[in-house]
Amino acid sequence: MIKWLDVYKAFGEKKVLDGFTLDVHEGEAVVIIGYSGAGKSVAIKHVVGLLEPDRGTIEVDGKDVPTLPRKELYELRAHIGYVFQFAALFDSMTIGDNVAMGLRKRGEMSESEIAGRVSEALELVDLPDVQQQYPAELSGGMRKRVGIARAVALRPKYILYDEPTTGLDPVTSAVIDELMIRMREKLGVTSVVITHDMRSAYRIGSRIAMLYEGRVRQVGTVQEIQQSKDPIVRQFIEGRATLEDGESHSPAAPGAAIAGGATARGGGRV
Amino acid sequence: MDVIEATGRWVRFRVEEAGRAGRFIEETARATVSLRSWFPNATLQMRRLGVDSLPIGLLIAVFTGIVLALLASYSFTGAVPLYFVGTLVEKTITLELAPVLTGLALAGRVGANIAAELGTMRVTEQVDALETLAYDPDEYLVVPRVFAGTLMFPLIVGVAMIVGLGAGWLASIGFLQLSTDEFLKGARMFFTAFDVEYGLVKAASFGFAVTLIGCYKGLRARGGAEGVGNAATAAVVYSAVMILVLDAFWAMTWLHGRS
Repeated sequence: MIKWLDVYKAFGEKKVLDGFTLDVHEGEAVVIIGYSGAGKSVAIKHVVGLLEPDRGTIEVDGKDVPTLPRKELYELRAHIGYVFQFAALFDSMTIGDNVAMGLRKRGEMSESEIAGRVSEALELVDLPDVQQQYPAELSGGMRKRVGIARAVALRPKYILYDEPTTGLDPVTSAVIDELMIRMREKLGVTSVVITHDMRSAYRIGSRIAMLYEGRVRQVGTVQEIQQSKDPIVRQFIEGRATLEDGESHSPAAPGAAIAGGATARGGGRV
Repeated sequence: MDVIEATGRWVRFRVEEAGRAGRFIEETARATVSLRSWFPNATLQMRRLGVDSLPIGLLIAVFTGIVLALLASYSFTGAVPLYFVGTLVEKTITLELAPVLTGLALAGRVGANIAAELGTMRVTEQVDALETLAYDPDEYLVVPRVFAGTLMFPLIVGVAMIVGLGAGWLASIGFLQLSTDEFLKGARMFFTAFDVEYGLVKAASFGFAVTLIGCYKGLRARGGAEGVGNAATAAVVYSAVMILVLDAFWAMTWLHGRS
């Protein structure tokens, strides 16, 4: 189980998380939706200790992540797959080496076993023939699928997806959605998915949580969110420029300035 | 009031930066313990940062040797025996110019290379990806580079000393009509093993500083291409300044007072 409890995080004057609380139960796929820069990526980076909260707790299987000693944190990370928004593949390595990285670090498998696991993971994402290629030789959608393969190769208990379909065409997005559903159904992986794409959210989510002004505005099943009476939630899921009463509403983006390289030394635990 | 506030902010920023740098050095030192994690990468870095930098070190040494021989001859103006050209070339090359000029050139080549590479990895979340795969960036990225720099800079400088002396000797024969025996007489006259030891230790300290600064600036890069560019520039500038500071430090603490 992943649990954020009353988490606060600010970058300078900018409050990004402001009492964020959410539970993700085993076997679930919880989708976090919200405006760009609302702090969704910041929230999931706390789960793997890439960021430390100013206040509050983040628990994974009962372990309080921010207080874990370095060794235990690395052990915990071995059970959590993280799919980055832009895949974050190591561009100096082949795809095969990218997928094998985590397995080699574990040191539990021989090279032939690792090769087998890499092939298996790449087949799962329908990319069996790209092992010798480099990330720059692949399309954006293929890179994202390799990112998923890299995460699933470790057979993690949890996978955190950071905007896995952003910037992709509708067909490739649907392929990635299917892939995420397959991961959950075939491997029983618990997932947290960040997305702006409501069609994708409805397809893959067992529950949906909307992050707004640093905290969860509403959380519920797909049906509950679709039938929400909350004007902010309705505006977001219907993709309207104004609230139902016609009032213009475009929230500030507190997390926008800390996208990408927010986790350097000083920003978080490194 | 604005001036006081601005000064306060500047001081606070500098103190925080010093704290971050201190923490970075501490974490790098801690990461060296896990030899098995970082050593395999160190050999690759020794080739990339060391062997591949050899041509520029040698190029500098050749021209420095030639210029030194001619400069010495010009300065002596007949008042000092010409075989002292060998003395001046040997002393200047080994004690100062081979380590410092090579160090400055490598501050550009190696420092910028490391900062740009790690900066790109930082802004494209590759460093975060490493961490989520349970790799410690200090062990995987920083220590191999710092180890390689500290080990390979003296090697390059050692070769630069030999090549610089050789170039000075050839220039003396070719332009100054000095014989080999005369050049060697001058070179040997005041030569001590300390000259080489001093130059190599200095080079090792430069290698340590350049690679550490490159890693620090790279891992702190922010905001895309511009951030990576700024990190590379800062790495070169800080490295060059640090080389001059260390040069003065060694002169004051080790050279000064020796006879």
